[in-house]
Amino acid sequence: MILTAVLVLGLIGIFFAIVLYFVAQKFKVLEDPLIDEIAEVLPGANCGGCGKAGCRAMAEAFVKQGNMDGLKCPAGGEEVARKVAELLGCTPEISDPMVAVVRCNGSCGNATAKNNYDGLADCAFANSVYVGESGCAFGCLGLGNCAKACQFGALSMDPETGLPVVDEEKCTACGACVKACPRGIIELRKKGVKNRRVYVACRNKEKGAVARKWCTAACIGCGKCEKTCPFGAIKVENNLAYIDFNLCRLCRKCVAECPTGAIHAVNFPPLPPKKEAPAADAAPAKEKVEAAAPAPEPEKAPVQNNPTY
Amino acid sequence: MGGVHPEENKISTNAVIEQMPLPKQVAVLMNQHLGAPATPIVAKGDKVKVGQLIAEAQAFMCANIHSPVSGTVNKIDTCKDMVGLPKTAIYIDVEGDEWMESIDRTPDIKRECTLEPKEIVAKLKEMGIVGLGGATFPAHIKYSVPEGKKAEYLIINAAECEPYLTSDHRVMMEHAEEICIGVSILRKALGVPNAYIGIESNKPEPIRVMTEMARTFEGIIVEPLVVKYPQGAEKQLINSITGRKVPSGKLPIDVGCVVSNIGTTFAVYEAVQKNKPLIENILTVTGKKLPSQHNYQCRIGITYNDIIKHALGQLPETTGKVISGGTMMGKAISNLDAPTTKGASSVLVMDENEARRRPESNCIRCGKCINACPMGLEPYLFSALVKNDRIEEAQAHNILDCIECGCCFFSCPANKPLTDEIRLGKNKVRAMMAAKK
Repeated sequence: MILTAVLVLGLIGIFFAIVLYFVAQKFKVLEDPLIDEIAEVLPGANCGGCGKAGCRAMAEAFVKQGNMDGLKCPAGGEEVARKVAELLGCTPEISDPMVAVVRCNGSCGNATAKNNYDGLADCAFANSVYVGESGCAFGCLGLGNCAKACQFGALSMDPETGLPVVDEEKCTACGACVKACPRGIIELRKKGVKNRRVYVACRNKEKGAVARKWCTAACIGCGKCEKTCPFGAIKVENNLAYIDFNLCRLCRKCVAECPTGAIHAVNFPPLPPKKEAPAADAAPAKEKVEAAAPAPEPEKAPVQNNPTY
Repeated sequence: MGGVHPEENKISTNAVIEQMPLPKQVAVLMNQHLGAPATPIVAKGDKVKVGQLIAEAQAFMCANIHSPVSGTVNKIDTCKDMVGLPKTAIYIDVEGDEWMESIDRTPDIKRECTLEPKEIVAKLKEMGIVGLGGATFPAHIKYSVPEGKKAEYLIINAAECEPYLTSDHRVMMEHAEEICIGVSILRKALGVPNAYIGIESNKPEPIRVMTEMARTFEGIIVEPLVVKYPQGAEKQLINSITGRKVPSGKLPIDVGCVVSNIGTTFAVYEAVQKNKPLIENILTVTGKKLPSQHNYQCRIGITYNDIIKHALGQLPETTGKVISGGTMMGKAISNLDAPTTKGASSVLVMDENEARRRPESNCIRCGKCINACPMGLEPYLFSALVKNDRIEEAQAHNILDCIECGCCFFSCPANKPLTDEIRLGKNKVRAMMAAKK
């Protein structure tokens, strides 16, 4: 009895093994092992910053194309780009490192709450039903959709100010927060020399007096910065100044000029006293030459020997 | 199917409609209706009279806007609406109260309407009539039945199932005859044999008054309805009166029905018989902790602050929220300096305790929201799907059928803001559909 059973099952097993072997041969899927290797190198966060469905999809795209033209992993940055280029055997495409910048200064102090919101804690929802606690229709709602969207733990909500804070070290500029913000407050900007950046921390397009009603640190569109900027990097449109980070030479003249303090300069040492102002003028000219080079290395900061910094 | 029984709180039922005095200035918003904003046709410094056309409907889905006061146009500028978002408005400084000569201001009631159906619809368009039930849908579009479809029922919604609101109740008590004439006009415009006025049976007085009045008219039937929220919602009302069901994604006209609010019929009467554009609406000013309850006839464009000042002097110190609309579907007003619009129906003042949302806890899968949903949807499921960004699945479960009545949130023992989550989901689904196009 037992012998028959073993024999029958054994024969069935062998039969199916043979069938499966031939089927496997027939329908074999050939996959480039390179895909696995590249997927290994990519950050693996599936943040979607590249525009693909995830890291593996990106690896497939790399292999399919055979080079890196037009494909960029913003989260991986330079290091990953070099590794992928090595695997693909092409030249890496390296662009300036970027970082997420929060363009709102409507903290609890600057833009005091005129009402209380107790609805669903979601920025997209709050934005669809009303203006926000401060009354500014362009400002941060403070419910943290950007922080929830960040896969790298680089964004957190500051309970003191009610605004998101970007951890520069962790931020990979994948752009997930930019998409998550219903008010377009977060922008990817050039990380800048020595991580130094100058930007307008406001998005309010209302007339100055109206904007100031909601927030003391709002851009009022007075145009002083536009006139002051020696490089033509600042444009005031619809009562709102915008600094083009490709033209900005970090001279900080606009920062001193801004009557509301809407222009922020980060990672700079404190400004020198006013009398040394002419020396500060000299700095940007020097910087201009080097910063215009195609891929400036942040380590060799062109202004490091300048006494004004 | 579904429905809940919120506390009725109709405490301003017996407050006779009073006339609100004219404010010093009004701001007339350009988008008071569903659809594209109207285009201003007056300029700064122009003198306008009451009822003069000041903004024209140029898009298809749009309605004319008329000056609610007489005076001088101060400016055309951005104005914050009641939720604080900037919109375009015409500011008019009030000087006297001079009406257009074409408007019949005599108290006589005109029963006969000699206009042809097409002329009636043209009149509705000219007078800027919109649905006053909340959605502010332009009336001339609703009453232009598309080709290939046929209206069989005209249904007038007088359920007023929202807690607190009493403006419809008062209009029925005080203007029953005008309403019936308005209904006859709409019946003529559609060419339907019968019009049904649905009133919740917790309003015996209006039912009595309307039934008596309807007897003197041809083809108007008053239907008492079961007391249940949301009885006045379009699809639920159609089902209660005709037994028909509007399929998912379809409009009432697809099942041969046209639904209008009772307030709209009064506006229709005034527009067609008296040549009076939609420049006034009736607002309930109510709240449990208020010293007095009111129903006012106000000019459109008066600010909420003006109304509160006249009705109450000032807001009580314990005020938690001021709501435009009822407790179930109303919107909290974050900017009391905002002007009223055509669709405004109430100023509801809630005290801190009443207004506070109870703390949220986890879903216990009790299914109360499913029982409560009048559309037969599964709110708890949407909550989870939306939270996890599974928008396509939410769409497949007909999230767009949700009428945002608030029954799910009302019934939830865990106090989850289900309606908010569904609204967010609907926005996301619409955004996804727009992106796909």
